[in-house]
Amino acid sequence: MSDITKQSLTELVENIKNKKLSSTDVTKAFIQRSEKSSELNAYITDNFTLALDKAKKFDQNPNLDLKLPGIPMAVKDLFCTKNVKTTAGSKILNNFVPTYESTVTENIWNEGAILLGKLNCDEFAMGSSNETSHFGNVQNPIDKNLVPGGSSGGSASAVAGKLTPITIGTDTGGSIRQPASFTGIVGLKPTYGSCSRYGIVAFASSLDQAGPMAQNVKDCALLQEVISTYDPKDSTSIKFKRNHYSKELTKNIKGKKIGIPKEYRVDGMPKEIEDLWLKGIQYVKDCGAETIDISLPHTSYALPTYYIVAPAEASSNLARYDGVKYGYRAKGENLIDMYEKTRSEGFGAEVQRRIMIGTYVLSSGYYDAYYLKAQKVRKLIKNDFDDAYKKVDAILTPSTPSSAFKIGEKTNDPVSMYLNDIFTVPVNLAGLPGISIPAGHDTKGYPLGLQIIGKAFDEQNILNIAFAMEEKINFKNKITDWWIK
Amino acid sequence: MSIDLKTIKHISKLSRISVDEKRAEKLADDLNSIFEFIEKLNELKTDDVTPLTSIAETTLKFRSDEIKSKNIREQIIKNSPEDNEDYFVVPKVIE
Repeated sequence: MSDITKQSLTELVENIKNKKLSSTDVTKAFIQRSEKSSELNAYITDNFTLALDKAKKFDQNPNLDLKLPGIPMAVKDLFCTKNVKTTAGSKILNNFVPTYESTVTENIWNEGAILLGKLNCDEFAMGSSNETSHFGNVQNPIDKNLVPGGSSGGSASAVAGKLTPITIGTDTGGSIRQPASFTGIVGLKPTYGSCSRYGIVAFASSLDQAGPMAQNVKDCALLQEVISTYDPKDSTSIKFKRNHYSKELTKNIKGKKIGIPKEYRVDGMPKEIEDLWLKGIQYVKDCGAETIDISLPHTSYALPTYYIVAPAEASSNLARYDGVKYGYRAKGENLIDMYEKTRSEGFGAEVQRRIMIGTYVLSSGYYDAYYLKAQKVRKLIKNDFDDAYKKVDAILTPSTPSSAFKIGEKTNDPVSMYLNDIFTVPVNLAGLPGISIPAGHDTKGYPLGLQIIGKAFDEQNILNIAFAMEEKINFKNKITDWWIK
Repeated sequence: MSIDLKTIKHISKLSRISVDEKRAEKLADDLNSIFEFIEKLNELKTDDVTPLTSIAETTLKFRSDEIKSKNIREQIIKNSPEDNEDYFVVPKVIE
């Protein structure tokens, strides 16, 4: 089996269980390909030596009842991994070694997977192109000098480039779904409260969720099944009936009602996105589902709301980086001077911008005008979805308003960068699950994604719809391995 | 609304991020364009809307205050930029 890295997670699990492959074979293959792929800059920290040791140990006494038996997996560098450096893509954490493990990664290792390394991301997950990382830009395997999206850009690049069979990212405003769409892979943002936030470097606590990024819907369902657990260590973790998502996966979506929101037909949307959406509508109809025109009237207010709520929460969460207990410290004449210089030198431009916006909207005299106002509009946005779900079972939209763009194209204009998340942000504000699946290509051959949004805790339903559509779409990613020397 | 340099200085003080003149000007420009975009919310009347403070409609649970991780003092201290045995070291606070 020469092309181990071309196999899906489901195939690899099966081959390890049937003893056609060992964990060492699989781990070696992904390490070798990762080593040849340094030009993608997908990794911040590799864990190759330890991973190979672990794979050998696994093979000596393999537990083949596990869901991810001996599967190597790299994860976004926003998850705290015990004794392995965790940077969140920031200079301020560039030497931080956690003493504990995040719950979702713990769940993954408990099912037999092995940490391959930590993947690049926008600094503190603030960005839509991976260009805010202290550790440099990430290349999209689709084409040279193309952004992979963000903030889980390293994760998307690593899955699309087959440096890891599958991965996890985090999604605060689209950070799983947008890069998934830009690289032609599947990405799921689960319902808020489905996956524990314990041990994930916090960005905006009322919006952050971890989720799988995979080559196909079945792999995605399997990883979701592993990472979604109730966790007392996260006070917003929710107890609900969690399905065996991969086992219960079905292509039978006959009679499902799928909403098509007219407000997502935004001004200036390229025709190819519109065409893709129409194709998507046809696909779900072909699968036996019914489409219904719906309205989500407050859609255009979602981004302005997000750019108050997320920075406000970030400014509070990032107050802890003061150069005292961990992380980078600059020299200062006194304590306050040390704080101010540490944060000025340790945080990048985008993170500083967001801390300042957040500080401003929470400051005396502005709280009601901005933060309280945004919380009220957030309620209206959630109400829109609640009303829609009285009529439909799920909602179908494009994932992004464009395909991937060139590195450097949008870095000088923060607002144009923010517009990338126009279709994904409302889902986070309402706490709903959303999945992006690759659905076609634009004229340049770059992938385009469609998003299916579900009711809260209804991951199974959107996975099923995605699974049914995936077969009809029959998407093939156009990747030439141009970066491999 | 316009955010001037004086406001930037004020926010940077509150944020504990030092900002020099050149960066202050760039930040003022960026923040003004972002706030111009945010002002769109004022089109909506929200007097009678209850603000959404938490998406998870559950009450926060209490848990007992137990120490679960033991003997990690050394590891924790090791992450600090400057330490002295069991203490974090900071610049002198009291003259």
